Amino acid sequence: MTRPRTLYEKIWDAHVVEQRPDGTCLIFIDRHLVHEVTSPQAFAGLRANGRTVRRPDLTLAVPDHNVPTTARLDAAGNRLPIADPESAAQLAALEKNAPEYGIRYIDAVAPEQGIVHVVGPEQGFSLPGTTIVCGDSHTACHGGIGALAFGIGTSEVEHVLATQTLLLQPSKTMEVRVEGEVGPGVTAKDIILHITGTIGAAGGTGHVIEYTGSAIRALSVEGRLTVSNMAIEGGARAGLIAPDETTFEYLKGRPYAPKGADWDAAVAWWKSLTTDPGATYDKVVVIDAADIAPSVTWGTSPEDVVPITGVVPDPASFADPSKQVAAAKSLAYMGLEPGTRMQDVSIENIFIGSCTNSRIEDMRAAAAIVKGRKKADNVKWAIVVPGSGLVKAQAEAEGLDRIFTEAGLEWREPGCSACLAMNPDKVSAGERCASTSNRNFVGRQGPGSRTHLVSPAMAAAAAVTGKLTDVRELMA
Amino acid sequence: MTPLNQVEGRAIPLGLKNVDTDVIIPAHWLKTTTREGMGRGAFESIRKDPDNLFDRAEFKGAPILIAGDNFGCGSSREHAAWALGDLGIRVVIAPSYSDIFSGNAVKNGILPVVLPQAAIDRLMEVAATDPVHVDLEHQTVTTQFQDRFTFEIDPFRKMCLIEGLDEISLTEKSDAAIGDYEKQLDAERPWMRPAA
Repeated sequence: MTRPRTLYEKIWDAHVVEQRPDGTCLIFIDRHLVHEVTSPQAFAGLRANGRTVRRPDLTLAVPDHNVPTTARLDAAGNRLPIADPESAAQLAALEKNAPEYGIRYIDAVAPEQGIVHVVGPEQGFSLPGTTIVCGDSHTACHGGIGALAFGIGTSEVEHVLATQTLLLQPSKTMEVRVEGEVGPGVTAKDIILHITGTIGAAGGTGHVIEYTGSAIRALSVEGRLTVSNMAIEGGARAGLIAPDETTFEYLKGRPYAPKGADWDAAVAWWKSLTTDPGATYDKVVVIDAADIAPSVTWGTSPEDVVPITGVVPDPASFADPSKQVAAAKSLAYMGLEPGTRMQDVSIENIFIGSCTNSRIEDMRAAAAIVKGRKKADNVKWAIVVPGSGLVKAQAEAEGLDRIFTEAGLEWREPGCSACLAMNPDKVSAGERCASTSNRNFVGRQGPGSRTHLVSPAMAAAAAVTGKLTDVRELMA
Repeated sequence: MTPLNQVEGRAIPLGLKNVDTDVIIPAHWLKTTTREGMGRGAFESIRKDPDNLFDRAEFKGAPILIAGDNFGCGSSREHAAWALGDLGIRVVIAPSYSDIFSGNAVKNGILPVVLPQAAIDRLMEVAATDPVHVDLEHQTVTTQFQDRFTFEIDPFRKMCLIEGLDEISLTEKSDAAIGDYEKQLDAERPWMRPAA
């Protein structure tokens, strides 16, 4: 009888090409997602060493990080130039590199274009039990469908392009079990913010986190992608959620997903991808879903989480002296005083988007709150950026775009946008943004920007009240 | 990759924990198609302060950086390692690192030394005025005041750093094994190939 294994161990074992005496393994990579920002130097490296792409058929390229979210075509259907010459050069490099190496390429004006982590699952390119890498830390996202997915640096992008493998040490395993039912107004984003606040920004370092428990099982695939997306914010390189009927239902019929008898064979294998009874994790954290409130960050680390009903903490309240220093610095940067009620913090900018929260469910949740309401006067800038062209089209078919624009929010083209402010979408210095993205780091949304991470419904609530707001007060 | 074994010099006593890669190199510096010149954007938000550590005369070109827990957390951007390298940093000493950053560092000839917080506290004290010595071969960090801290490092990473190895060339030696794996995968899980 074989030893009971965790989901992580099963996927790992299925991908070992070679094991070195020191335990390092050469791991086969099933899917490689490529975007314009972290790939140019990798392709340059291939070229300089006369190497080629081993498996272009397992590689998918799509620009997302620095594409503008304003119109990309003029009235006549011609492509508009990108104003920023450096962004234009990165895009041009990807547009040249992908066909040169025979890589599938979704261009910036294709109907399927979008954020790589939205596009992968949506196209059925990301599948359960596969290993997926991308030169982007939020690759962890694809763990939501049960793929072992993680971000890599550009040298590793080059390594995967050349060899379709990576040299890796096995990670430790961590279970984060969320049991019970969440209350009204509590979404997948609140679950992962609460988890990050509980385990800390380094709580999962060296581990792959498997999210389990009834509250996780109850999530849609969109919600699971949101949770796994932010595994990296808790220090874990990857997150995992065992695939189930919800996952299979979501993937069936998607363009790159298996068809016919292949589909049946795939589902049969995917069903074996659960952690065996008796398998042990290196670390276990159990969370009661009933303890999770609509959540918000107050500082400059994603672990700086409080319930929306809470107050800005006093740095002296932290036991760890280095956290006291960090919290004081965060509060100075954020322009917040200890003891301030989170709901008294006014907001000038709203960003609804990013690989964390830009799927159709997120658009619906935000629209449900702004419907019939107007953007508050003190909110200067409020943008809604769907995660892909397909999400955008679906939202428009449901009339969500009009709900946003009638309320005074802007409806944009898909891309990473103000999550990392590489394109023109930025938050001005000293201003606050209620953002559905994943990082509240210093300067993340533009130099001097102050980010409060929230769910789409909470961002929508802040848009109509002009301050951080308990979304439950606006729910019918 | 430049081999690394002994590094002696001033160490920048940054000390902060959770130094994320957006702090090491903000996103607007990522709009490049080459690896060079990243040092100009390194620690931009910190260096806005004219009295910052990095630009003090005694720490210009210092080869060592001392930081707190979870150094390099956040984005996978290898630009963070390129930026440190461009500043002249060859060794970072911290209690812990993000997994992605430490991998990126090694691939760029930068040694991430892990030492407990008590050792970090002592080195921060020394670094304010005196140099620090890092010996990768013997896995030690020493000072002229008889401090001697030993650290652990994965033997494969150690070899790559000391020999300045290119990992891709190494993996290419496993070409046949990769080919065998691909054949087996096609036989056992043919549906794994993208359908369209």
